[in-house]
Amino acid sequence: MELNYLYITVLVILSIAFIIGMLRFIKGPTASDRVVALDTISIIATASLVFMGYIFNRYIYLDVALIYGVLGFIGVIIIARYLEGAL
Amino acid sequence: MEILKYIGIGLVLLGSIFLLLGAVGIYRMPDVYNRLQAGTKATTLGAMSLILGVGFMEPEWLVKTLILVIFIGIANPLSSHVLARSAYKNNQMPIIKNGIDAYKKINDSEKSEEN
Amino acid sequence: MIIYVVIFSILAVLLVASALFAIIQKDLLYAVIATGVISLILSVMFFILQAPDVALTEAAIGIALTTIVFVITIRNTTRNEDEKEINSK
Repeated sequence: MELNYLYITVLVILSIAFIIGMLRFIKGPTASDRVVALDTISIIATASLVFMGYIFNRYIYLDVALIYGVLGFIGVIIIARYLEGAL
Repeated sequence: MEILKYIGIGLVLLGSIFLLLGAVGIYRMPDVYNRLQAGTKATTLGAMSLILGVGFMEPEWLVKTLILVIFIGIANPLSSHVLARSAYKNNQMPIIKNGIDAYKKINDSEKSEEN
Repeated sequence: MIIYVVIFSILAVLLVASALFAIIQKDLLYAVIATGVISLILSVMFFILQAPDVALTEAAIGIALTTIVFVITIRNTTRNEDEKEINSK
C-alpha cells in the first residue's frame, strides 16, 4: 500500500513538470527557446516512460524509452544546425 | 534486498523533484542561455537518478537501465552544446552585458578563415 | 486507475493546444517544432493505452524522420509564410 502513494506522487510531479515545459514552449519568443523547451520535454517524457513501464511491470516497455534516449536528440541537433546556418 | 528497494525509492523521489526544478527553471529564467543551463543540467541529473532508481527497485532491469543512463549522459550534453552554439551564431546575446565574451575571438577568426 | 484518466485528459488537452499552435503560426520552423511535440505526446498516449509497439514506431518516425525531412524542405524553400506572395499568384 505504501508504494501506491509513491506512484501517485511521482506521476503528479512529472505531469506538473510536463505542463510547465509546455507553457514555455507556447510562450517562448524565439526559436531557440522553443527548441530548448522541446529538449526538456523529451527528457521528462523519457523518464516518465521508464517509470510507467515499472508500474505496468513489463520488461519490454523499456524499449520505447530506449528509442527515445537514442533518437531523441537528433531532431534537436538538426534544428540547431539549421538555425546556425550550417546545414 | 529490502535495502535496495528503499535506496531506489529515494532515488526516484530525488529524480522527480529535480525534473520539476528543471521545468520551473525553464519557465522562470530570463534568457536563452540561462534557460539552457536550467533545462539541461537539472534534467540530466533528474532523469539519470530516476532511471537508476527504477533499476534499483527492480534488480533484473539493472543492465538495460544502465545502458539508458549512459545514452542520456552522452546525448544530453551534446544537444545542449549544439544549442548554445547555434544561439550564439544566431546573434542572440545574453541580457547582462558587462561580462567577458571569450568566444568572440574564436568566432571572428573562424569567419575570417571562411572568407 | 483514476490517475491514468487524469493524465490522459491533460495530455489530450496539450495535444490539441500544440496542434492549434502548429496551424496558426506563420513561421514554419515553429510549426515543425510543434510537430515534434505532437508526436512526443501521442507516443506517451499510446504507451498509456498499453500499445508499446505503436508507441515505438511513432517515436522513431515522428521525432527523427519527420523533423529531418521538414527542415530540409524549409532550407530549400522559404521559412516565413508570406501572405502577399501567396495572394498575388
